[in-house]
Amino acid sequence: MQESTLSREKMDNYWRKTSRLMWTILALWFIASFVVHFFAVPLNGIKILGFPLGFYFAAQGSLIAFVVLCFWNAYAQNKIDEEFGVAED
Amino acid sequence: MAYDISTKTGFVANLGKIYGGYAGAFLGFVVVLAILEQMGVPNAVIGYCFVFLTIGVYAYIGILSRTMELSEYYVAGRVVPAFYNGMATGADWMSAASFISMAGGLYLAGFANLGYVLGWTGGYVLVAILLAPYLRKFGQFTVPDFLGTRYEGNGARVCGVIVLFAASFTYIVAQCYGIGIITSRFIGISFELAIFVGLAGILVCSMLGGMRAVTWTQVAQYIVLIVAYLVPVIWLSTKLYGIPIPELTYGMALEEIASLEQKLGILKPHAAPYVDAAGKFSWVEFNNFWALVLCLMVGTASLPHILMRYFTTPNVRQARESVGWSIFFIFLLYFTAPAYAAFAKLEVYSHVIGQPIAQLPIWVQNWSQVGGLLTIRDANNDGILQLAEFIINQDIIVLSMPEIAGLPYVISGLVAAGGLAAALSTADGLLLAIANALSHDIYYKMLDPKASTTRRLTVARVLLVGVALVAAAVAGTRPDGIIQMVAWAFSLAAAGLFAPLVLGIWWKRTTAAGAVAGMISGFSVCLFYLVMTRYFPETFQAWFGTNLWWGIRNISSALFGLPVAFGVTWAVSMLTTPPSKEMQDFVDSIRTPRGDVKWAIAGVRE
Repeated sequence: MQESTLSREKMDNYWRKTSRLMWTILALWFIASFVVHFFAVPLNGIKILGFPLGFYFAAQGSLIAFVVLCFWNAYAQNKIDEEFGVAED
Repeated sequence: MAYDISTKTGFVANLGKIYGGYAGAFLGFVVVLAILEQMGVPNAVIGYCFVFLTIGVYAYIGILSRTMELSEYYVAGRVVPAFYNGMATGADWMSAASFISMAGGLYLAGFANLGYVLGWTGGYVLVAILLAPYLRKFGQFTVPDFLGTRYEGNGARVCGVIVLFAASFTYIVAQCYGIGIITSRFIGISFELAIFVGLAGILVCSMLGGMRAVTWTQVAQYIVLIVAYLVPVIWLSTKLYGIPIPELTYGMALEEIASLEQKLGILKPHAAPYVDAAGKFSWVEFNNFWALVLCLMVGTASLPHILMRYFTTPNVRQARESVGWSIFFIFLLYFTAPAYAAFAKLEVYSHVIGQPIAQLPIWVQNWSQVGGLLTIRDANNDGILQLAEFIINQDIIVLSMPEIAGLPYVISGLVAAGGLAAALSTADGLLLAIANALSHDIYYKMLDPKASTTRRLTVARVLLVGVALVAAAVAGTRPDGIIQMVAWAFSLAAAGLFAPLVLGIWWKRTTAAGAVAGMISGFSVCLFYLVMTRYFPETFQAWFGTNLWWGIRNISSALFGLPVAFGVTWAVSMLTTPPSKEMQDFVDSIRTPRGDVKWAIAGVRE
């Protein structure tokens, strides 16, 4: 590995972008983990293929969201790293 | 695959072939046993084959992976590709609680236990965005290592080791308990003896090769456990609805259950959210649900045996991708568990309840013999089994499911092998986390910094065996149910470790004093609530005039510990001198993937 050559300003910009990505994903995580399930009772009134929708979100829907969020984070953060030239060789 | 691993050994370059061949051989082995069963080989022999042959394979991998190098022993030489580290993390993560108890809990509690399904998956999002890449860049051996470096000294390191020990030890006792149940049922020995047989299986994987051996056995164990979990439930889905995708078809099972519930007069429907025993909406249930989800998720992002898996990837980029693969492999089991529960419930409601007791199937007798886990009592002496007369423990639903549904015995053996793989792999990871913290952080970093490599590895192995023996002895006393014990471990880790880890990376102003004060106070509040409400409810009642704060159950104790940990860390940090310029540069250097880590204190580097 080699010395990182980021100036203070560039480092701050890099971290601002990284933080923005982190907060975006954290917000989506919060929605999938909690907000959706606050409405489980009314959602259960809707049935799809036999699944009450509130039950479905807690058993499958949110889980799919988590998998997508993790891969999206890896993809988007790699993009940021390359933009600032701090990706590993 | 285009992974760039400079230290390319023949093994790492050929992982796909090796594990592909292994998976094929395992499926062939199952088919051969199925044929033998049809030819009249007794069930007991099939049970023996599954238990001993799979343990034998793990032991073989463990022995092949023996090492006398520190970086191999502690972090598997940092050559584990993202995809395989994801599989290993999946096995490390999914324990007896996920494999054996989770679907059973869903069977008994319905919607309320979906909190476990959510809580044990969503935490990986936190691992991915807040911790894993930065800990990988830091690039040392253990989680307390990070605390000791970022917070300059042994205070934070010791606190970290204490929290790690409390959480991981509670967790490993639960795994030994699970191993005891499976081994005693399938090879017909007493529970107490079975625990020690299982222990031999754990030790032989981890003792000689440390993290390297555990990594490659965990990949093998993941393959066994996922096949074992999916096969019976796919079979049942095909048998019931003709479609081999249980995750789609169990909606229909849920509908049938709902109509059977009305017929049997069950007050609490399976799919109804936030209801009490009478089937009425309850705010206490509502609050407990999200509190549990939060504690399990934050706990996921704080458990050292998981975080240390991301120390083993070749670089930061792969550490990030590896979190994605981890949750994907975990997801495969978790989104199937509710289907397992629904099919089991449907079978029991439609083919067991209401049947004459004299004509109940053979599996009832088999399972009644394992330590009171299944009880059938004809309370009203009418010879017919009523719902209230059928008491099944959550820990045996998955293991007994193939027999309940009348599948061939070979499937039961397969499920037992899967449960064993889940429990063994997690126990290995935990054991290594504990023994490494004691040997690296306490012995090497604090007691004997001049110790030679040989001596350090010897100490690590002696501690490993010691911790394993104590855990097995505690499990022999049959403490609480598996899933509850595991949930406690999550709360303890969350309250003690999450704040100092996250703030150490994301808030440069965090000072050593702040982190130590936050860890001690958060962990203490959590431990206090857990111990008092669990073991001294009368005293708790006398002190606070209530048996639980806001009705929150003690499996979610971290709900009180977490805000205290963050609040105290913040307050004390603001009152003490900001961290030095060197320490701030250190934080900057672990935030960027490229470049060397800038050590704030000379001589901490390996």
